[in-house]
Amino acid sequence: MNTYRKILREGLWDNNMIASQLLAMCPAMAVTATATNGLGMGLATTAVLVASNTLVSSIRHLVPSSVRIPIFIVLIASLVTLVDLALNAWLHELYKVLGLFIALIVVNCGILGRAESFASRASVPRAAFDGLAMGIGFTLAMVAIGAVREIVGSGSLFAQAQLLLGPAFGFLELRLFDGGALLMVLPPGGFLVLGGLLAAKRALEGARRRKGAVVAQSA
Amino acid sequence: MIGHQTLERLRPTIPFQAAMLALTVMLASAALSVADRVTRRPIAEAVAGDTRASLAQVLPPGSFDNDPAADVLNTSDGGIPVTVHVAHKGGVPTAVVLATSTRGYAGEIGLVVGISREQRVLGVRITHHSETPGLGDKIEIAKSDWVASFAGRHLSDPEPAKWAVRKDGGVFDQFAGATITPRAVVAAVKRGLALYRREHEQWFAVRKP
Repeated sequence: MNTYRKILREGLWDNNMIASQLLAMCPAMAVTATATNGLGMGLATTAVLVASNTLVSSIRHLVPSSVRIPIFIVLIASLVTLVDLALNAWLHELYKVLGLFIALIVVNCGILGRAESFASRASVPRAAFDGLAMGIGFTLAMVAIGAVREIVGSGSLFAQAQLLLGPAFGFLELRLFDGGALLMVLPPGGFLVLGGLLAAKRALEGARRRKGAVVAQSA
Repeated sequence: MIGHQTLERLRPTIPFQAAMLALTVMLASAALSVADRVTRRPIAEAVAGDTRASLAQVLPPGSFDNDPAADVLNTSDGGIPVTVHVAHKGGVPTAVVLATSTRGYAGEIGLVVGISREQRVLGVRITHHSETPGLGDKIEIAKSDWVASFAGRHLSDPEPAKWAVRKDGGVFDQFAGATITPRAVVAAVKRGLALYRREHEQWFAVRKP
């Protein structure tokens, strides 16, 4: 049942961490003022997700179910701290951009959610792949929210991308117009765009379901 | 390795659960202490590099031959901690940079203020802040050249009553929609100059090379 194709589909769309499970709302609101920030947070979270899923899955036979939550939390918090120290030491420029957000990964309930509902019951390669798929789905949703907020709010797209990805990615940076609606950059913008994203996903799925029903009837 | 069945039998027992929890925490602590030891030096170097870069922005190039980032004195001004970096050239103090902070509209604003022996502002840069994007963030040199308006100022230039934003009858611009942020920065720079006047002899006396 748990084929890799299904895991990928779940992570990217059907069970997307932000748009379906409604987990990880804290970073989805706090970090997405620009598409670049959303991308950075998404990538860092993906790395932690893959590592935590792998780790949790590999010790799943040893962990008694009554103490699994504290064990998972210790593992995730330690992993995040390791990432935080490593970035600060060896990728300091990137750390200055992402530093504030790294600590936020600990409180991303999506990571504990995957450890609990998937990794603790699946083989190591599957759990790792699930972490990757969920992470990419999360990253896509973060970039989508960030892109809308940045375009409407400040008239640019992927501002300061070269700080995150290196000078080769400076071309990503677009300047569309000056000014913009400040509201979108401030916290309310996060709520507005997230609401729009959820509604759009529901509408798309509804339309697809109705189409499926019509096809089934005429057959 | 323990067999599968032994594990099944052990798992529900309290001692096994306690042992697993303890083992996890011990391994995690060990990993973190190793990581801390490995990264401590690179992190300290990177942070020192940041300080050096911000000092270089408010000190004229060639005005010092020491490492002001390492030449540090700690003092405080009305309860706010101030770090004093002294720039020397040929053993003579040429300038100081005060690294301090103030309360803006949305939390702490960190700033460095370079001050010459003539008690004039050499430059001001904001090191960190969380002001409103698009309004208060014009204090950043990357967003606006507003902080450049401090260069060359002295406690009596403008006269003390005019050390304020225009709205309060001063000479410094405020930003449309944001007065609290520039007001806080103007006051912090003025406080820095006053602190220099009060304490600089003491700072220069401490480190005679």
